[in-house]
Amino acid sequence: MSANSRAFPLPSEIRDVPGTEGWETMYPYFTRFRPEDDKVFWFYNAMHFPEPMPAFDVVTAEIPYQALGAFTTRVFSFPTTLGIDHRIVNGRIYITANPVRDPAEIGRRLALFQERAGFYYQNWNRLYDEWKGRMLALIKEVEDIEVPTLPEFDDIEVVTSGRGIGQNHYVRVSYHRCVEAFSKMWHHHFEFLMLGYGAYLVFFEFCKKAFPEIADQTVARMVAGIDVFMFRPDEELKKLARLAVELEIDGKLGDGSNPADILSALEQMGAPGRKWLDQLQESRHPWFLMSTGDGFYHHHRSWNDDLSIPFSAIARYAEMLKAGKSIERPTAALKVERERIITEYRSLLATDEERGAFDQMLGLCHLVFPFVEDHKFYCEHWFTTIWFNKLREFGALLARWDVIADPEDFFHLHHTEADLALQEVSLAWAAGSAPAGRGYWKPILKERKRIWEKLKEWSPPPALGPIPEDIADPALQMLWGITSETLATWARKPDASNEHELHGFAASPGIAEGVARVLMNANDIGLMQDGEILVCPVTNPSWGPVFGKIRATVSDIGGTMSHAAIVAREYGMPAVVGTGAATKRIKTGQRLRVDGNTGVVTILS
Amino acid sequence: MTQTGAGIALNFRDIGIADRPTVGGKGASLGELTRAGIRVPPGFVIATAAFERFIAEIDPQGSIRRAIEGLATGDLVTISKVAEGIRERIVGAPMPGDIQRAILAGYAELCGDAGDQPVAVRSSATSEDSSEASFAGLQETYLWIRGGEAVLHAVRDCWASLYSAESVSYRLRLKLPEEGLAMGVVIQRMVNSRCSGVMFTRSPLTGDRSVIAIESSWGLGSSVVSGVVTPDKYVLSKVTGEIVKRTVSHKTVEHVPDLAAGGVREIPVAEERRDAPCLNDAEIAELARIGKLVEAHYHCAQDIEWAFAPDVGGGESLYLLQSRPETIWANKDSKPAAAPKANAFAHVFDLLGGSKKS
Repeated sequence: MSANSRAFPLPSEIRDVPGTEGWETMYPYFTRFRPEDDKVFWFYNAMHFPEPMPAFDVVTAEIPYQALGAFTTRVFSFPTTLGIDHRIVNGRIYITANPVRDPAEIGRRLALFQERAGFYYQNWNRLYDEWKGRMLALIKEVEDIEVPTLPEFDDIEVVTSGRGIGQNHYVRVSYHRCVEAFSKMWHHHFEFLMLGYGAYLVFFEFCKKAFPEIADQTVARMVAGIDVFMFRPDEELKKLARLAVELEIDGKLGDGSNPADILSALEQMGAPGRKWLDQLQESRHPWFLMSTGDGFYHHHRSWNDDLSIPFSAIARYAEMLKAGKSIERPTAALKVERERIITEYRSLLATDEERGAFDQMLGLCHLVFPFVEDHKFYCEHWFTTIWFNKLREFGALLARWDVIADPEDFFHLHHTEADLALQEVSLAWAAGSAPAGRGYWKPILKERKRIWEKLKEWSPPPALGPIPEDIADPALQMLWGITSETLATWARKPDASNEHELHGFAASPGIAEGVARVLMNANDIGLMQDGEILVCPVTNPSWGPVFGKIRATVSDIGGTMSHAAIVAREYGMPAVVGTGAATKRIKTGQRLRVDGNTGVVTILS
Repeated sequence: MTQTGAGIALNFRDIGIADRPTVGGKGASLGELTRAGIRVPPGFVIATAAFERFIAEIDPQGSIRRAIEGLATGDLVTISKVAEGIRERIVGAPMPGDIQRAILAGYAELCGDAGDQPVAVRSSATSEDSSEASFAGLQETYLWIRGGEAVLHAVRDCWASLYSAESVSYRLRLKLPEEGLAMGVVIQRMVNSRCSGVMFTRSPLTGDRSVIAIESSWGLGSSVVSGVVTPDKYVLSKVTGEIVKRTVSHKTVEHVPDLAAGGVREIPVAEERRDAPCLNDAEIAELARIGKLVEAHYHCAQDIEWAFAPDVGGGESLYLLQSRPETIWANKDSKPAAAPKANAFAHVFDLLGGSKKS
């Protein structure tokens, strides 16, 4: 402990959460901490993995990290860093980035990096256009994957076409195609992302040097796009609200009935209902394929899967319209304001030399940002929503064969275990016998679900192990997803903050007071009352619809460039993100003051 | 036209920054602000010529100048003895009649029909408040002076303050010539500040040109300037207007006018106001707006004294009491944050290339 008698425990010091013994068996052997890991600095990746991992969902770490590291280590050859290692303890994912420290090696990698990254920057728009085509093709590919139903007798067509291959063969093929498509998607995801972040980081560092007291959110505002995908789903809701008011069917949407009843009521209304449903159909694909999370957990369903979220938002927009309020997003005004901010900061620079560098860096940001902002909808929302639903078909197959009790239990199998269980069903179908999985998996999955629930009670330390010198390396921060803000938060002694105060990142300016409502799940969004303050683990674009009715937001995780922060700023609503433990420390009904300028949340009563 | 007594008492409205050699820095700056439409408590300046005539009359042989020129820089004992002697001469000597009349006429005009009004009498040295050498705080300011006699006394006290031991040793240390030394005197209506403080249109902490830093406390601004109280502190962006830092301090004392004896006294702040912020967001925004205006007017960062005080209309207004160029960062050489490169992405290679370790 000598060198690191600091705030963070060592990996080896972490004890099992009582009652969850054996949790390791849910995860692959290579995700366990090893003795030598005590020498390394790890931090809890709360941004992507705010909850304990169901066994299947660790695929959303394993595969992205394969892809990320491929591009940093092997494809682009980032000079000071290789890829990311991840470990799981008590169901939580800790990560570390592998630095390159030898100057000769850094120099060798830099030469490659300049050639390779340079090619991407120089050809960005063409490559990004091709990228969009590839992503759309990949999404189509997953949609088209047929999951065999394994009927009693195979299709006659197998005989008449002389195909010569029984249906069970395609259980394996289809499942593997799913996993492969997921891997491809993540490779595409990281093809551009780290280079995009690099451009942002350069501009951010420059602004902090030229304007040491500039707010991070102001830098973000100069960079962020306005006509970007993240606002499209919300725009579709508004479109549907306008049409509902026009057709006078809005009363049907907000009466609190479940979505299926609303749909059939509209169906029975004849022409106006039908017209609205047609528009709904059009809007749903792809704009409702919006995860209520960030695409890292199977249970973060999309708007499309739970229409109660978009319906309540549409009803609210309709109400506003009828009350004569505008629901238009003032894009023109937002653009003018962004230009004004850019122009004024630019003119505050000391020299033309600095202005020249500013123009170059900001220009590069504006080149890369369409990808940085839109990739998330393509990858984490659109693709991943379709992908998880395709996997549900395999879950349904296993459930039909009584290997698992509920199709959703599929997600408590690791992806290799799911493969095995599917193979065995293929075998049993062929053999005409009962799968051994029936007796084998059900008790295991029951126990896993119990453990998984129990693991939610654990508060993971934000980091483990000794803090290294080179944590300030921008490339490492970029990979870790941490910023100088994060480091500052970590450096803050826990006893310095009093018990009525939480500190996070000032994500959207303004000060608001109001009553807190703690929501752990986006599905509970309908509980929010006008004028309340939303306290949640992580906000994402799918929370957008409630932003119009609440006073402020506070989240456990997130940064000033998060989509939530950008949306909050547009709504002019104070937001403090990345507080660490707001959902634990704040109770529904408490009065809060949220200071979006300083990042301080005060519990008033 | 105001009664200027042959160019001796000059109304703020009639002077600007170019008049600095004849009215001193503070007076010229207040005139410039008044002309620029910034709300400044009304007042006038007694031109440096008045001081020169006064000295010429009491010391036709130039013995004062020679006495100072003969002093050794480090000899503080002799300096204070000589300086004290000179001050006694100045305070005790009669003022030339036309100068007296000009000052009294200016004061009467300032008071209008309201009878004797309290004024601040402040030195306005020709070398003071310039960006090259800051004399800040070396010359006296007399607050809450009321009545013609008291004003005349205060003017002489101001002149004498040019010969305080501190001022004299400062000039000796900087080798500033005694020849041509002169001082104007500002006579300005007092405002009874609810709160007041200072504002920098550039961060005093980091030199950041994009922010405005404000310090504020209860009562007259002398408490903030003299440092007897820890003021509230705000930092806001000039561009977005967002308040990025906000520190409300525990403010224990305030300066208020001593209505009985004249001048200023220090009293404890009432318990319930100690931890309360002096400014609301609208007032902070108003301050920043004026700060930006003044900075744009002078084309350089400013160090401003301000107050929120009752105005003639029965409401409350923001008054500027002083504005001078910021001197600390203006004289610092700073390395440029970056220079253009052959292509935009070369900046990324630089940042991620490991050459720059923070």
